[in-house]
Amino acid sequence: MWSRRQGRLRPTVCGVEELRRRRREREAALRKARREQQLVSKRLLRDDAPEEAGEGCVAAILGETEVQQFLRQAQQGTEEKEREGALVSLRRGLQHPETQQTFIRLEGSMRTLVGLLTSNQALLQLEAARCLHELSHSEQSTVAEACLPATSYLLTYLSGHSSDFIELCLYTLGNLIVESEAVRRQLLPQGIVPALAACIQSPHVAVLEALGYALSQLLQAEEAPEKIIPSILASTLPQHMLQMLQPGPKLNPGVAVEFAWCLHYIICSQVSNPLLIGHGALSTLGLLLLDLAGAVQKTEDAGLELLACPVLRCLSNLLTEAAVETVGGQMQLRDERVVAALFILLQFFFQKQPSLLPEGLWLLNNLTANSPSFCTSLLSLDLIEPLLQLLPVSNVVSVMVLTVLCNIAEKGPAYCQRLWPGPLLPALLHTLAFSDTEVVGQSLELLHLLFLYQPEAVQVFLQQSGLQALERHQEEAQLQDRVYALQQTALQG
Amino acid sequence: MQLPPALCARLAAGPGAAEPLPVERDPAAGAAPFHFVARPVRFPREHQFFEDGDVQRHLYLQDVIMQVADVPEKPRVPAFACQVAGCCQVFDALDDYEHHYHTLHGNVCSFCKRAFPSGHLLDAHILEWHDSLFQILSERQDMYQCLVEGCTEKFKTSRDRKDHMVRMHLYPADFRFDKPKKSRSPASAEAPGDSGERSEGEAMEICSEPVAASPAPAGERRICRHRSVSELFLKPVLNMCSVLRILGCTWAAALLILNSER
Repeated sequence: MWSRRQGRLRPTVCGVEELRRRRREREAALRKARREQQLVSKRLLRDDAPEEAGEGCVAAILGETEVQQFLRQAQQGTEEKEREGALVSLRRGLQHPETQQTFIRLEGSMRTLVGLLTSNQALLQLEAARCLHELSHSEQSTVAEACLPATSYLLTYLSGHSSDFIELCLYTLGNLIVESEAVRRQLLPQGIVPALAACIQSPHVAVLEALGYALSQLLQAEEAPEKIIPSILASTLPQHMLQMLQPGPKLNPGVAVEFAWCLHYIICSQVSNPLLIGHGALSTLGLLLLDLAGAVQKTEDAGLELLACPVLRCLSNLLTEAAVETVGGQMQLRDERVVAALFILLQFFFQKQPSLLPEGLWLLNNLTANSPSFCTSLLSLDLIEPLLQLLPVSNVVSVMVLTVLCNIAEKGPAYCQRLWPGPLLPALLHTLAFSDTEVVGQSLELLHLLFLYQPEAVQVFLQQSGLQALERHQEEAQLQDRVYALQQTALQG
Repeated sequence: MQLPPALCARLAAGPGAAEPLPVERDPAAGAAPFHFVARPVRFPREHQFFEDGDVQRHLYLQDVIMQVADVPEKPRVPAFACQVAGCCQVFDALDDYEHHYHTLHGNVCSFCKRAFPSGHLLDAHILEWHDSLFQILSERQDMYQCLVEGCTEKFKTSRDRKDHMVRMHLYPADFRFDKPKKSRSPASAEAPGDSGERSEGEAMEICSEPVAASPAPAGERRICRHRSVSELFLKPVLNMCSVLRILGCTWAAALLILNSER
């Protein structure tokens, strides 16, 4: 998957600047969609042989007569090549929304297409499936819903043996699933969950990646927590998903990305996370995190963050479950290497994808909040200074860094002794100069803990104009009480 | 962001947990006006915290469109013919052949030559159409199993089963892999190529308009297979399902032997 997708931009149809502009536009559109909770994206597999594509030429929009003609030729033609050719022409026309609308409004068109889909002529079947795939890519629910008659067959074919065909069916299903609740309402009783559970045992990487995609679309549905996730959890899918995420020579990044996102959608819905913990999710994901950190050091390969992001999210959310504690009150995830791996990833994000720093720090918070062992690791592995280097990135990042430091400091004098002297106090004096209330508030909390458990720090604080730093905020409503309290402590100390 | 040099070594070394420093909290730590409490945080699905990562994910999904231009062409090989006896189809790409084989020769009933999309449907077909024991048992108990994977319901008649699939599973009433039997004799040599006979479990001719005579080469192929089928399998065979499958898998080999003996 990675090799197929990398460095294959459309050749010189548009320049690099144009591509960047388009990407920024797409990103803005996606953000808007997400805020409106309508984030929908589809995958399109288009397989045009070079001679068909032509020089930047786009297939023409087909009118009603042409659609009818192609359908008739496909159905009744005498030569197999002729029939196949008719479907190819139809498929190319269906790349246009107008042709799609024409097609679905034509009486009997879907019935004919389904007939071709279920014919025993392999190439006709494949072309009919490609036509369906084009339709599934439409952004209009009416088109997706027009494909409803085909779904029982798409599901039936998932237990077939032709891997290309299964892959196509899966991507088509995935696209239809995300477009319309009516489709999902039909697919669930039609047995999509058992069909996927059977199909996930396929040895073909392309099939698995497609399956992961379809499943991720199913899990993103708004009604998923109530209507879909329980039956997924009751099936054998979770065990297989975790298997796909186990590091080792068989780990395929493209497949792993899809299933990591599936797992994220399940976990953040909080339906039955202890079940997943019981299946070993924590240890599998922890080992995967180590593997990712190793991979990040070795390669310049962009794209690892696509896998890192859902893994971090899954781990962070799972750590909030009570089931994480065993009888002895110890966390199931205890390996110190997780902290080392996380910092390697934080550095990677810092350089390549700063927008993911909050997610990494979220995991760090959840690891350290209730764990003296992990807090000690941060100290013994000399990770305080690197952590402080993240402060200038953004306010959100600053707050999270300070929160992690509070996690450490609140554990008592033994911990604060290792935080001071050192770069911490200067860093705090610096953050006190920020204008963001939350950043300053968290700095005040940390100062309070430091003064409490390491009173010697007070003097140094005063010497370095700490009081003036505090004074700046004494009018701020959310901060005044704490500012005042610290001023008192400083003056008395 | 500078990491300490020993960190990579730590990652490469074995698992282990740090011996924790002693924890000793002072009650004044949480005293008002300070309110910090160390706790793990959880974010639900739609939380805004996930926005950046979600947008990256969707850009990735959409990126496939951007990179569509250079899909490599299927590797072509010197033309070769399908090896299944009686099938004259020729191919120049292995993917096409794989698909053809699985569609037409993959799950084929040894009696009536119908092809099915999966072993599961083939098994059901053989059981229901070619097994006399099934017929006897079905008079006394519910034997028609729901065709939807994962559903264990069984029914007295195939009609009842169809009703169930339509009602409970929202399957189409004309689902092509579940046609009721026309004749009652098992192992009848029904000619798959008959025009006029509608699609009955043989994966399907298109149904909305009657199909004109099948293309000549295909017709020839079918006729030659049909003759061989009736010669080998005209006698009704009472057998277990797995034996029938084994027969189905090796009929091609048997045919070759038979033909070579002529």
